[in-house]
Amino acid sequence: MSWLHASTAFVAAFLASLVECVEALTIVLAVGITRGWRPALLGSATSAIFLALLVAIFGPALGRIPITTLQLIVGILLLLFGIRWLRKAILRAAGVISIHDEAKIYEKEMALMRDAGQPARASFDTIAFIACFKAVSLEGLEVTFTVLAIGAGGSLLLASIGAALAALLVILLGIAFHRPLARVPENLLKFTVGIMLTAFGIFWIGEGLRFPWPGHDLALIAMIALLLLSSALGIRLARARSRALELA
Amino acid sequence: MKALRIALHELWGLFVEDATLTIGTLACVALAAFVLPRVGVAAQWRAPMLFAAVVLMLLENVYRGSRRA
Repeated sequence: MSWLHASTAFVAAFLASLVECVEALTIVLAVGITRGWRPALLGSATSAIFLALLVAIFGPALGRIPITTLQLIVGILLLLFGIRWLRKAILRAAGVISIHDEAKIYEKEMALMRDAGQPARASFDTIAFIACFKAVSLEGLEVTFTVLAIGAGGSLLLASIGAALAALLVILLGIAFHRPLARVPENLLKFTVGIMLTAFGIFWIGEGLRFPWPGHDLALIAMIALLLLSSALGIRLARARSRALELA
Repeated sequence: MKALRIALHELWGLFVEDATLTIGTLACVALAAFVLPRVGVAAQWRAPMLFAAVVLMLLENVYRGSRRA
């Protein structure tokens, strides 16, 4: 594994984890503030243990699959995952679909938690626990998949460190500010991660099919640059099409 | 059972949002794997052709997506 691969894997895992952790933080904050921190933090911690178990079980198991088969399967899954993010980020950047708004989601979750009613004094707040467990599990599942898929090429430790650092950063910011990180440029991050995962996916598929890549690992950088240009073209196309339809 | 159904639905949602995008992506991979070697495309062109096919498919999907929205 080259330094190029390792550093790209680290950055992709860090950014993907950053996006998902910001989304999970919004829900945990809303639940914690409206219904109390104990069930909210317990739900989040239980989910974190569940996700760590998934990595511990599936991480080593991936090593038993023949490398070309693994590259092909992981490549296809990464491509499907990455291109979904990229398409959405392009359509959001073009103004075709609305931007993900953490502040709005925070207010909505707060209202939902208030409407759910308070538990009896002595009993455990199951609603708060489940809401946080679900939010952290769902967002964390995407991080877990990204880490396992990117790390399958031999950089599992680096990808895990990248994801863990992002989670730590978001937790610290959450403790410091006690409000959702609405100023994080989420679409720009999703755009970057979408491009990186799409490039990684295509690279692994090529390797899995034993197609030689011109420039070997440098092809990854070339693909990232070309995807960036193509995405810019995609934004222009979507924006122009959308405007033309509005005028029609 | 309901929790399992939700979990499977979320897992599916990780990879599939727009069915035509998923089908198009898989078609590009199938094309690269089975068609390119059989029609005699030189080995060094196969990977770049796979990349180009995916990019074109994405642009077409974005264009169509903006029309739908």
